[in-house]
This record gives sequence, C-alpha cells and structure tokens, in this order.
Amino acid sequence: MTWVAAALVFWGLAWGLNLRLARGTSRAARLAVPVLFGVTVLVLWEGLVRGLGVNAVILPAPSAIAEIIPAVLPLLWADFVQTFVKGALSGYAIGCGAAVVVAVLIDRSPFLTRGLLPVGNFVAALPIVGVAPILVMWFGFDWQSKAAVVVVLVFFPVLVNTVAGLASSDRMARDLMATYGAGYWPTMWKLRLPAAMPFIFNGLKIATTLALIGAIVAEYFGSPIVGMGFRISTGVGRLAMDLVWAEIAVAALAGSAFYGVVALIERRVTFWHPSQRARV
Amino acid sequence: MTRALPVLTVLGIILILWYAATVWMNAAFVRDQAARAGTSVSFAELVPLTMAQPRPVVPAPHQVVAEVWKGVAGQAVTSKRSLIYHGFVTLESTLYGFALGILLGVGLAVAIVYFRVMEMGVMPWAIISQTIPIVALAPMIVVLSNAMGIQAREVPKAIISAYLSFFPVLVGMVKGLRSPDAMQLDLMGTWNASGAQSFWKLRLPASLPYLFASLKIAIAAALVGAIVGELPTGAIEGLGARMLIGSQFGEPLIMWAALVAAAVLAGALILIVGGVERGLRRRMGVPA
Repeated sequence: MTWVAAALVFWGLAWGLNLRLARGTSRAARLAVPVLFGVTVLVLWEGLVRGLGVNAVILPAPSAIAEIIPAVLPLLWADFVQTFVKGALSGYAIGCGAAVVVAVLIDRSPFLTRGLLPVGNFVAALPIVGVAPILVMWFGFDWQSKAAVVVVLVFFPVLVNTVAGLASSDRMARDLMATYGAGYWPTMWKLRLPAAMPFIFNGLKIATTLALIGAIVAEYFGSPIVGMGFRISTGVGRLAMDLVWAEIAVAALAGSAFYGVVALIERRVTFWHPSQRARV
Repeated sequence: MTRALPVLTVLGIILILWYAATVWMNAAFVRDQAARAGTSVSFAELVPLTMAQPRPVVPAPHQVVAEVWKGVAGQAVTSKRSLIYHGFVTLESTLYGFALGILLGVGLAVAIVYFRVMEMGVMPWAIISQTIPIVALAPMIVVLSNAMGIQAREVPKAIISAYLSFFPVLVGMVKGLRSPDAMQLDLMGTWNASGAQSFWKLRLPASLPYLFASLKIAIAAALVGAIVGELPTGAIEGLGARMLIGSQFGEPLIMWAALVAAAVLAGALILIVGGVERGLRRRMGVPA
C-alpha cells in the first residue's frame, strides 16, 4: 500500500509544482512542465503496479522493462534495422520522392491535376493498410514488401500536399518571374518549389507516422524472424510482456525521433514561413 | 460536368493501367501452365486466361467486383462469408472508437483552452502519442483487455480507433475554440455573459467548422484503427480479419474484396459526416 500512497503523493506534488511552473513563460518552464507530466505518469505506473501487485504478465513495471533492455539490446537493434532502416526509411524515401516527382510532372497539365486531386484526396482517406497482405504476397516476407507498403501509404498524402503547395505561390510572384523572362523550370525551381515547401513538409510529417505504421502492420502478415512487428506479435503470444514493452519503447522513440528530425529539417528549409518565425 | 470530366479521366486511366497490370503480372502463370502442358499460347488466348484465374497475382477489376457482389448479395447477412456481416462488425467498433475519440478529443481541447497547465503539460504528449506507432500497441491492448476480463472483442478495437481518432479532433477543437477573436469575447463580456454562457453561445458554435473538418479525418482514422485492431485478435470477424484470412489461406480475391469493402465503408462514413455537417450548418443559419 505504501507504494500506491507514495505514487499518489508524488502525483499531488508534481501537479502542484506544474501549476506553479505553468505561470512562468520561460523556456525552462515550457520544457519542465511536459517532462514533469511524463515522469508523473511513469511514477504512477510504477507505484500502482508494485502497490497493487499487478501480474508482470499483464503489465510490467517501467523499472522491469528498463532492466531487460540491456540484455536484449542486440535483439532490439536487429529489429530496429530490419523494420525501421530497411523497411520504413527506404519506403519513405521512395514513396515521398515519387510523390513529389509525380506532383511536379502532372503540374504541367491542369486537367490531370484537377482530376488527380479529388482521387488522391479520397485515396488518402482510405484504409490503405489493407493493401499490406497483397503487397506481402507480391514482394515476399522480407523488407522489400514492408518498404512497398510504406511507399503506397505515404504516396498520396505527400502527393496531395505537394500539388496544393505548387498552387500556393501567389499570382504577383509568378508574374514577377514572368517579367524576369523566367521559363517554366526556373520558375519551378526558384519560386514554386520553395513556396510549396511548407505544404510538402506538412505531408512529409504526416508520412513519418504512416511509414512506421505501415512497416509494422506489414509484418503482421508475414515476416522473417526479425523485425519489430514480428517481435511484438510473437512476444505477446508467449507472454514475454517486458520484451514487448521494450520493443514498444523503441518504436515510440524511433517514431518521435523520425518526426523530430523531419520537423528540424523543416525549420531549416522553411525558416522564412510565419509559423516558423513566430517561435523564435 | 467540367469538374467530373478530369476525375473520370483519371479513374479511366487507373482502370486501364489495372487491366494492363492484370495481363502483365498473371501472364507468367499462364505461360507456365502452357509450357507444362506442352502447348504454347498466343497473346489473344493469353489475355482472357489472365483475367479468369482463381488465385491471380493481380485480379482483374471485374473479378473483384464479382467477388464483392458475391460477398454482399450472394450470402445471408448472418453468414460468416457475408461482407455485410464483417463490415458491420468493423463499423460497430469504428463507431464506438469514433465516439470515444470525440469525447476524449473535445474534453482535452476544452481543458487545454481553459487551463494553461494542461496546454503546457498535455499538448506535447498528445503530439508524441501520434508519433508512436499504435499498431505496435495493438496486440498489447488486446491482451490487456482480455486479462482484465473484458470479453467483448469490440473494446480493444474501439480503444485503438479512439487512440487514432482523438488527435485530429483535439487539434481542430483547440483551434476552433480559440477562433473567436478578442473583440467577440469582449462583446460577451459587455453583455455580462458568464464563462459557461460564452462557451456555449460563442466558443462552441465558432468551433464547429473546425470540428467537422477534423471529424472527416478522424472517422477515416477510426476505421483504420478498427481494421488494424482486428489483425492481432486472431482473424475472427471483421474486414481486417477477412484480409488476414485471405492472406493466410492464399485467397487474393478475399483480400481484394475486403479491401474494396473497407474503401466503400470509408467513403460512406466521410460522406455521412459531411452530410451531418451540411444539415447542422443549415440549422445554424450559415449560408451553404
């Protein structure tokens, strides 16, 4: 019972502290409040699991998960390489690259653009994860099929955003390019693509999450004996919950880091956009 | 007509490409069969053969349509082979998850708009929560809810749906609740409106356009969640389970039919949300 009580007391203290911190507007306070919130959740989890004697098969304590991570580190690394680097990253690069290229190509024909945009919007809303079993059938169990699922998943959101972005440069600026005597491609490179960047990055950020989801879901439909999705589904099957949670932690870290890196690149590339300037 | 023509053209191109892919991808099997039988096939003979295989690499569109029709009209609705039955199972958990997601999203948004500590503490975690691949958690949620003695199979699926759908609602709602400008809020103040009154009469109505834009994304996300949630439950019922069954038993037509059914369901759900939005706007007197 002391564990539960201690966890609850910690919760109260952290809440009080956060209320005080939230009054400040400094950078440190901005960072401290969410961190404290996250730590509180972990402490509550630990305290409740220990205090109420929850079976480790159902929900292991965070400390138990942290304990087994060093032992299974090579395993986690192999899974990470298989699913994230080979499956998700290569699919992400191919899918996003193809989407941007297709968007630029169809941009020359307003007729195609008008036709493709509603279709793309509709397809982007469909449960595309459903193609995972089909692609696994086509490309086999290894990472190629995972990359293929990711390509299909990320293609449409990026395509739709790029097409919208290419249309976003304003009339005046395009007229100015015309008065400079710039042709189609110089206008594309120097004005329209840079102007489309905020939209493209919006698509790219949505795609980061989809990429990991696609790679993991595809593994549920068949995979070699390595990979995050494989490890999670077999781990659940043999009730190795601490391993499963360790894998989830890796997936969460990888997903957040991936998003963070793309957001960082966005800040570098679109430093001129109001939404980026407002923060500094 | 000027709007429909480009769309129809694109759809036509896709259909032609699909048929071409059917011939191209299935030809190897036909040639292989012919070689074993010691005969050869001309191209004219090959084309119809590629479109009538029981287990094609790429089924022709009309094969998929026939399979969907068989699943919809050819079975009793209660049959395990009926797509309507499986679609209904998926729809049920989608709607539970969607409702839960709206509740969670709107609730958190109200808290975030009114309490600074919530904004600073919760918002970053809400964003991080979406970068975590929920599908990694899906088998876990299924096991957890089983261990807690929840027998209903909808519950874990609804939780996964809610997890995916709450975020767009949260973001849209925060934006919407903040959309009345200072002038309008001041006006409410001069009318001596209480906090609750300015919430119900100003902030909430002002947030509705934002809410509905998010709801369309959220319902699609909820459907994805329900389908993904059906995968680790062991392929019992639902469209996701049909896909898994098709994948495990090597029946591509079952997978394609389930995929088409899921797509139709998604389209219908988005249309319904759009319809509700239009109806509500008319009731509120917004010119459509």
